[in-house]
Formats: sequence, C-alpha cells, structure tokens
Amino acid sequence: MSPTQWDFPVELCCRPMAFVTLTGLDVVYNAVHRAVWDAFCANRRADRVPISFKVLPGDHEYPKCRPKRTSYEWYIPKGILKTGWMNKHLNLVPALVVVFYELDWDEPQWKEKQSECATRVEIVRQSLQGRNTKVAVVLIQKKTPLPPGEDVTASERAAALCNACELSGKSLFVLPHTDHLVGYIIRLENAFYEHAQTYYYTEIRRVKSHKEFLNKTTHQLLFVRHQFKIAFFSELKQDTQNALNNICRLCFQHNTPLDAIAQFRKHIDLCKKKIGSAELSFEHAAWMSKQFQAFGDLFDEAIKLGLTAIQTQNPGFYYQQAAYYAQERKQLAKTLCNHEASVTYPNPDPLETQTGVLDFYGQRSWRQGILSFDLSDPEKEKVGILAIQLKERSVVHSEIIITLLSNAVAQFKKYKCPRMKSHLMVQMGEEYYYAKDYTKALKLLDYVMCDYRSEGWWTLLTSILTTALKCSYLMAQLKDYITYSLELLGRASTLKDDQKSRIEKNLINVLMNESPDPEPDCDVLAVKTAQKLWSDRVSLAGSGVFTIGVQDFVPFVQCKAKFHAPSFHVDVPVRFDIYLKADCPHPIRFSKLCVSFNNQEYNQFCVIEEATKASEVLENLTQGKMCLVPGKTRKFLFKFVAKTEDVGKKIEITSVDLVLGHETGRCVVLNWQGGGGDAASSQEALQASRSFKRRPKLPDSELHWDSIVIQASTMIISRVPNISVHLRHDPPALTNEMYCLVVTVESHEKTRIRDVKLTAGLKPGQDANLTQKTHVSLHGTELCDESYPALLTDIPVGDLHPGEQLEKMLYVRCGTVGSRMFLVYVSYLINTTIEDKEIVCKCHKDETVTIETVFPFDVAVKFVSTKFEHLERVYADIPFLLMTDLLSASPWALTIVSSELQLAPSMTPVDQLESQVDKVVLQTGESASECFCLRCPSVGNVEGGVATGHYIISWKRTSAMGNVPVISTAVTLPHVIVENIPLHVNADLPSFGRVRESLPVRYHLRNKTSLVQDVEISVEPSDAFMFSGLKQIRLRILPGTEQEMLYNFYPLMAGYQQLPSLNVNLLRFPHFTNQLLRRFIPTSIFVKPQGRLVDDTSIAAA
Amino acid sequence: MAVCVAVIAKENYPLYIRSIPTENELKFHYMVHTSLDVVDEKISAMGKALVDQRELYLGLLYPTEDYKVYGYVTNSKVKFVMVVDSSNTALRDNEIRSMFRKLHNSYTDVMCNPFYNPGDRIQSSRAFDSMVTSMMIQVC
Repeated sequence: MSPTQWDFPVELCCRPMAFVTLTGLDVVYNAVHRAVWDAFCANRRADRVPISFKVLPGDHEYPKCRPKRTSYEWYIPKGILKTGWMNKHLNLVPALVVVFYELDWDEPQWKEKQSECATRVEIVRQSLQGRNTKVAVVLIQKKTPLPPGEDVTASERAAALCNACELSGKSLFVLPHTDHLVGYIIRLENAFYEHAQTYYYTEIRRVKSHKEFLNKTTHQLLFVRHQFKIAFFSELKQDTQNALNNICRLCFQHNTPLDAIAQFRKHIDLCKKKIGSAELSFEHAAWMSKQFQAFGDLFDEAIKLGLTAIQTQNPGFYYQQAAYYAQERKQLAKTLCNHEASVTYPNPDPLETQTGVLDFYGQRSWRQGILSFDLSDPEKEKVGILAIQLKERSVVHSEIIITLLSNAVAQFKKYKCPRMKSHLMVQMGEEYYYAKDYTKALKLLDYVMCDYRSEGWWTLLTSILTTALKCSYLMAQLKDYITYSLELLGRASTLKDDQKSRIEKNLINVLMNESPDPEPDCDVLAVKTAQKLWSDRVSLAGSGVFTIGVQDFVPFVQCKAKFHAPSFHVDVPVRFDIYLKADCPHPIRFSKLCVSFNNQEYNQFCVIEEATKASEVLENLTQGKMCLVPGKTRKFLFKFVAKTEDVGKKIEITSVDLVLGHETGRCVVLNWQGGGGDAASSQEALQASRSFKRRPKLPDSELHWDSIVIQASTMIISRVPNISVHLRHDPPALTNEMYCLVVTVESHEKTRIRDVKLTAGLKPGQDANLTQKTHVSLHGTELCDESYPALLTDIPVGDLHPGEQLEKMLYVRCGTVGSRMFLVYVSYLINTTIEDKEIVCKCHKDETVTIETVFPFDVAVKFVSTKFEHLERVYADIPFLLMTDLLSASPWALTIVSSELQLAPSMTPVDQLESQVDKVVLQTGESASECFCLRCPSVGNVEGGVATGHYIISWKRTSAMGNVPVISTAVTLPHVIVENIPLHVNADLPSFGRVRESLPVRYHLRNKTSLVQDVEISVEPSDAFMFSGLKQIRLRILPGTEQEMLYNFYPLMAGYQQLPSLNVNLLRFPHFTNQLLRRFIPTSIFVKPQGRLVDDTSIAAA
Repeated sequence: MAVCVAVIAKENYPLYIRSIPTENELKFHYMVHTSLDVVDEKISAMGKALVDQRELYLGLLYPTEDYKVYGYVTNSKVKFVMVVDSSNTALRDNEIRSMFRKLHNSYTDVMCNPFYNPGDRIQSSRAFDSMVTSMMIQVC
C-alpha cells in the first residue's frame, strides 16, 4: 500500500455531471457537424447545465449489463463498492444517446432516409443492450423551420419518423443549421438534461427496488453499496438533497455549511466506533485523520469561494482533529508495530494484486472476493497484518502531524484564536521534539512561552519549559539550558521539589564546567549524542560568561532594590538596599553582586565580590554571606556619596547584576533591569498591595518579601541652608511709587559662607503683563523707567561670617494695580565634610512675598457755574469753575508736594492758576479740593465735547525720606460740552442789601449773535421789594453790543429774599427761557435789617 | 457531570482549576486556556452598552471531538469554564446553566471571606472545593 492509500479516488474529487453521448456526428470531415460539436463543447460556462458530452460512433459498444437477477438469495457481495463503478457511470455508461441525422422535412427521398434513420437508432439500441439509457434523435436541417402548426408536411413526417424509430415525440428534435446555432444548442442541451435526469431517476428507483430483496444478515455490504449508489445517481441528477448522504461538498456549493458540518458529524460519529481489527487500529486512526483533513480542505475551499466561517467553526478545528488522529495513529503504530528488526517483510507481498488495483473500495488486497467477515485463512490474515504493520513503520508520522498542525495554526490565526494557536504551536514543538528536530522545537516553544507566562498559566509553562529543557540538553545549548533551568527552579514552576533538586544540581554542575545528568524520558540514542556534545563543551574550557536578562521570565532568584528615601541631601551619603531571595530547593552561592546607575561613576562603589574584602562602605557583610538560603530574604546595604554636580538630578538604578559561578570559568550573570522585578513580580506586587492579610511576625532582622516595595530612583537635592532671610516693607504698594523692600540675610552656619548672591524681583511664571509693568532697582533715589528689569539676578553680596547679617534695599515700581508675587532667593557656597571627603555645597534659600498695589488717591473732577451750580455743559465765553477733589486711598499718610493744571489750548484761565494744595498732608480718607475759574471761547459744535487738559499731582509718602523722588501722577480731565447762547445777561449788584436802603442793580444784556435781537424785558414785582426802573420794555440790541438796564430795588423785609425776577424774552429764540437766564443772574439776595445808627436817639428811646 | 471546572481571573490567569484525576490534567489546562479565545471574543462582541442586563452564561464555547466546553462570565470579568464529556447527552443547557449559577454563588462566598484576597488563587476554601467535587462526582 502506498502512503497515499487514504487519498480519495479521483472520481470522488470532481463534480459529477450527467453523461451524454452524441453519435452520428462526423466531426473530422463534416464542417457542419464540427460546428455543432463545437457549440456543445466550447466555452461551457457555469450557467450551462452540467452535462459531459462525448462523441462516439453509432455502433459503439457500451459496457455490458449483467443479466438481471430476479433474486438476491444466492448473491453474496464481495465488497462494498467496485473500484470501477463510479468511473463506469461517469464516463462509460451514458444517460442519453443522441443520434444526429441530416434530414429536411421536404426531402425528396423521404422514405429511404426515414428507414436509414430508423436503422441507426436500432443499432444504438442494440449496443446499449438492455440498459435504460434513453435515445434521442436530432435532425440537422438546412432550412429554418416554419412556426409549428403551419407546416403540415413537417408534422406528418415527424409523426411517421417517430413511429419508424419507436421514439416518443419528445425525443425527436430538430436542429436548423442557421446563424443561431448556439441558441438552438442550448435549448437542445436543456432537453437532453431533462432526459438524463429521468434516466438517473429510474436508475435510483431501480437500485432502491433491489433493496427490497436484500437479506439483512448477509447483505450488509450491499446495503451500503446501494445507499452509495443512490447518492451517486442523485448527484448525477444534481439532486443535492439526496446526495447529502455521501459527501458534504454539495452542501458547501449550496452555501449551507451548517448542514455540511452536521452531515459530517453524523458521518464521523458513525465511523468512530467501527475500529475494526485491533492490530490494525492505526489504520482506522489514519482514515479518521484523512476524513477530517478532507473536510477541513473542503471547508477551506468553500471559504475561498466566499463562505464566511466564524471563530468557533472554522477549518482549523478539523485540521486539529486530523492532527489528533494522526497522533493517535502514531501512538497506536508505536505500540503495535514495534517488531523486532529480524521480522522481515513477507514474501510474496500479500498486498500485491494481479492488477495492482483493488476491485472493491476498502477491502484487504489479500481477501479479494472473500464474501463474509469470517476469516477463512488465519495464516494469510496474519501475514497480511504484519505486512501492513511493517509498512506503517516506514510512515513519517511527525511530518504528517506537523503539516496538519501548521494548517490548523494558519486557520486559527485567521479566526482570532491566539491561545488556540499557541497551543497548536506547542504541539508542533513537541512533535518536532519527537521527530528529533530540536532546533525547530526550541524555536517554536520559545516563541509561545511568553504568552503563557504573561497570562500566568504556570502549569502549562512548566510543561513547555520541561520539553524545552530536554531539547536544549540534547543539543547541549548552554545558554538555553541555563535559562530554562533558572525558570524551572523559580516560583512559577510547578515542578515537584525532587525534580527541582535534580535541575539545581545539574545547573550547578554546568556552572562548575561539568556535564549535567541527562533529562528523564529522553531517547536513549539522542542522550548518547548529547553526552558526547556536553563533554566536548567541557573540554573547551572557559566557555564564557552568559548574561541573561531576567525581566522577561521568572528566574529562581528575585531581586528588589530600594533607596532609603525618595531624595537625599547632597551632604549625606545615599543609602539603598538590595534584597535577594532564592526560590530553589537548596542554598546557592553567588560570586558577585553589582549595581549600575544612570551615572556610571557610582557603579564602582556598589559591588560585592567574593574575592575582595568587603569595603568599608558595606555594612554587615562577610564572606559567608554570599550565600542565598531558600525562602529567606537577604538584604545588602550600599551607600555612596553623591557628586555635587548631581544636585537636582535623579539617580536611577539601571540594572542589578548577580553573578553565579566564577568569571574565570563559566558563569551566569542574572541581569535585572531597573530596580529588580521579573515577568511575574508586578502582578504579585499588585496582589500584595491589595492584601489585608496580617503577616506572621518574623525575627527583627528579617523581612517579608511582599512588603518590600521597589524604589529604583532617588533625587539628589541641595544641602539644607542654614541662613535666615527676612523681608521688611510697608504694604500695600502705591501705584508708580518706588516701593522699598528691605532684605535681611543672616548666617547661622558654623563656618564662613562665600559667594552670597541675591536674586530678587517679580517671581517668574506670572502674568506676562506684570513683567512689563514691574521694575526693580537697587537705587531708590531715582525713578526707574521701562528699561529696568522685573527680576534682578545674582547680585553679589559678598561673604558672611557666622552670625553676621546684612541688609539690602530693593525698590520696586509697580505700574498697575493688583497683587504680585515677589521672590527673594539667596544662594551661597559652603565647605563641608562627609565620609571624610570635603565637598563644596551650594545652598540656597528663597522667600516669596505677595504685595498688593493700590492707587494712592482717587481724583474727582466736576464743572460748576460761578454760582457753584452743577453744570452739564458750559456756555461759550461765560466763565465757569473746575473743581478737583483728591481723596486719599492710601493707608499711609501722603504728602501732596504740588499740583498743576495743564489746560488744553481751547481753555483759558480767567485768573492765575495757582496750586491751592501745596504741601498738604492727607491721612487715609481725607481729601483735598481745588477750584479753578476757566473760560472756554466759542468753538463750533464739537462732537464729544472739548478737551479740558490734565491735572498733575506730585506726591510722596509722608514717611519717605527726603531723597526719595517725588511721584507725579497725571489725571486726564474730562471733556466738556460747550454751547453758545444768544444773549448773555449778567447782573451787577452789591453782595447784600439793607432794609429800606436803596439797592442799585444793573443788568447787562449782551447780544452774542450776529443778528439784531428784539428783546422783551419785564420785571415781576416781589413782596419784599419795591423798585424803580423799567417794568416792561421792548428793545433791540445790535450784534455784539450790550444794553444796560438799571434798577433801584428797595428792600422791605430782612432775610434771604427773592429778588424781583427779570424775564427776558427773545423773539428770535423762543427756546431761550428764563430758566436758563437764572443760571447767570442771582435770584435772591440777603437783606440785612435796618441798621441802628450809632447815635443816642435809639438809646434814649430805649 | 463536569470533567473539569476552572475559574479564571479578569486578567486571564487561572484562579482555580480542577479536572478529574483519571485524565491527563495538562490536556484540560490547555482546553480551558484555549477556550478563553472564544470567551474574549464573546465578551467583546457583547459590547459595553448592555453590561448591566447582559446574560452571564455564554453557552457552549466550542465542541471538540470528545468534550464540550461551556463558559460563564461574571460582571467583574471573572470567567468560569466547565468541560463536559460529549457523550453525556443527559446534560441540557439548563442544567449547565444552573451548575454555573451554583458555581457563581460559591465563588461569591469565597469572595466574601475577609481572609481571601481577590485575585489570589483559591486554595484553601473547603466549601468551594466540595462544591466542585459534587459537580464532578455526579457523573461517575
């Protein structure tokens, strides 16, 4: 039997099609026939009916049909299915024979032609010899036929022809040889197809009818044969529902994968139990494997054609199962086929048959034609079995398995099953191991190991590691061997202690440059080769140092590094601990422990070596302590002095190296990145942090491993300063003043401090606008301008002796109100000694202060008339008063040095503008007012009013010293609306009157327009006065001239009295009202009582 | 009933796994581990919207030739996986569901133990052990 014995026959692998033969076509010499044939065969597209055509001569001999049996009683089947059967029905026995004949309806020699045609049909019938194959006749005609029913001769002759050929009307066709050949051919084809289907249907009926005759006991095989035949015929008939019983391809074709799977399951479940002979059970396994593989292939093919598979139902599962059966086959073959070498292959070969081909499917070649299950010839049977078993031995099982597995891996990768993929890769790795391809095995196992490790499946990891260790042993791969040993000894390994002990012993042997003991359950031959390899390695002395990064796996030594503090001052030594813990069963010695930092200069201080004496830096360490006791936490203290350049920097442990073995011989360097920790430790740390469990008490010196938290970095910070910085000032600051800040620095150091520097000013990082509006200076005697910075840096102040103190004045000018943060930063150098080393430390101290800036005073300005009445607007050329009001808002007393009114060009002063508030001191809340009489000449109508000018106040704090500059604050005065009036009236009258004394009043009426004004003037009498003058008058005033009106009032009553009111009515300006007029002229006057004469009459009267 | 019962942590490492002693333990470990592929897929397919009212029982994860693997996932993403012999046709979906519910209750009891640290392997819970045993014994 060839290794391909389980492959399916070709007939099963193609798509079955109805078989139709064409006769009477001379395709070689007749061009018309050639065209017809080409139309049948060429360009058969998928949409055409599935028929396979063949051209045969009319007298072709078809396979003989065996004589029909009337009874199956005597018939004993020799097997399930003959090997040639399917081919017979696909390619030899047609469902339909078509006879082509050239005949037109109007043929002159009709009679002769008709009989010739009948003869041909008869010949075909004879050659078919009783098969149920249908026969059809096609007339090839040169003329296009008339529509049916119109050609009477045609229908008559057709009936006659049918009669002559013993054909039904349905089996006679006409093929006009015209332009539309292909169209006619397709129509013909469909008709043929119908006929073929009828044929297969009757065949099924026939096979089914056989079934009734069958006897259940003897004809089991026939049952199966008939079932198969039914299915096959159904398939030929394209009746897929029936054909389901056979194979699932059709299901996939019809896009019903679930049916296919269900069908396959049924099939498998049925076959699973039929193992057959125990000695050859591997054959069953092989067959199952093949079944699964075939199904997987079918499935995959269907997917390629557009079927969508899902995660839980994809071809991978079938490949996987196929691989399982292949493995089972291997197992079975291993137990069943372990014959002695002396057992030779039987001769003659019982597997050879005369023809080299089996007559029936699935039958033993030496039992050809044996009719029952009774083994008639046990001797022959035995030889046959032996032959098969020996054949089986030569099969490379691993290759088959690996191919299947890798198929499955590819599928699972596609369907998002990473874990399934890993699992299969493990199996592949193991299979490679069995196949003794250790390199590939290791590669695969190593690839998937990290998946299991990262998910914490330690049992599985251990199993994989064990296989990997075997591989590395058998190849004498030192580094791999050591790595796997390290992990198998570690806490993630689920191995028993005795196994761990063995591995530890081996590891120690390897480190001592000796050969390790072989791993258990290894192939004896392979172990021999391996031992040779190992001894070669040993003789190659000093095979070096193996550095193994441990962060990706779980070694048996754990490490944690911890700085004592998150930061250290530069003047104290940096201290940290390295904690080590071994998980192996026996104590283990190490030869060196060293720590690396991001600043490599410190590395030299942090080494423990067996050979050298423990340096003084290391505490509590002696030679004997280089040993790790399982389960106990060991602590190693290191300390070093940080460099002053590292102040402000982070010191990080970049790696911890633990050396096992000796550097002279073989040694392993376990390298932890950062402050320790491996693949499993982060999860452990998380669990430990969540735990509320109380840990049992341990002796003082010991620690719980879980309670140690890695601290792999620390900051170096500057020495603590020992000076004091004080700030003295009087807040708040007033806008634009030179605000004085007195800084006092006092040294409390034991030694002299050098290079004291002061940085002061606005603290950086605040609003950018503040930087523009804040200026700092050391000199308070002059005002600083924009060019001064907001922050003065590194002002040298000199040295300070212990206890000494110095004072520095700073002046800050703040241009805007609001709060600001000011920084005062003092730095200095000092010499100190630590660990007998003299270092220069730079210390610094800073102070910040928030200072509020406020306006020193509020200025209010108002316009009033000369009568001190509030004015909304002023009148051109008429004097008015400007009043300023200065209200101190400063909590400190202010001295107004002077004030100045800078008038705009449009304003003119009525008298001297002299400051009235010079040298005035204002306490908080006090105010100072000034009053200026101004006049505004007539201007046109100005939008928004006329500018008035500026008011400038020069001031300083009353407490400020004489040399402090005076600050000038300018206030822009408001604009004022100027209005022209047509007539200005002013009155000339004494400041008071006296009862019964004449009071002369003169009114001046001035025409301010360029027109002649008609004026009506009247004076209304008043109770308090008698008067003389014009009571009512109408007059004209020329432009720019003045009219005087003189009245003599005679007060009657004392007190504040209403004057007789003057009413002026301008005929041209009806809006000019008396109301307006009253702004300019007084309405009341104080009348004193009649004075007593200083004569004696009054006294005498008294 | 069950041939293997496993409790898997949110991070997919095993909290508890036990199989019947007569069979190869490793095989079940692999089986449970590979079933997590399907569990992950099902969880991600469920989406976040229906977290509150979703069904905890995931149903049959995948069938192999000899075993059926069922899954269940708690709201805190702790997974329960149960492997059942395929030949055991007596077990309906409903029975499996109730078995999972029992397992979940028992697991909740373990969580309620103040001495149990969530995320640790379940090692010293006798009640949980005996419950699992009862689920495995009923077959034999």
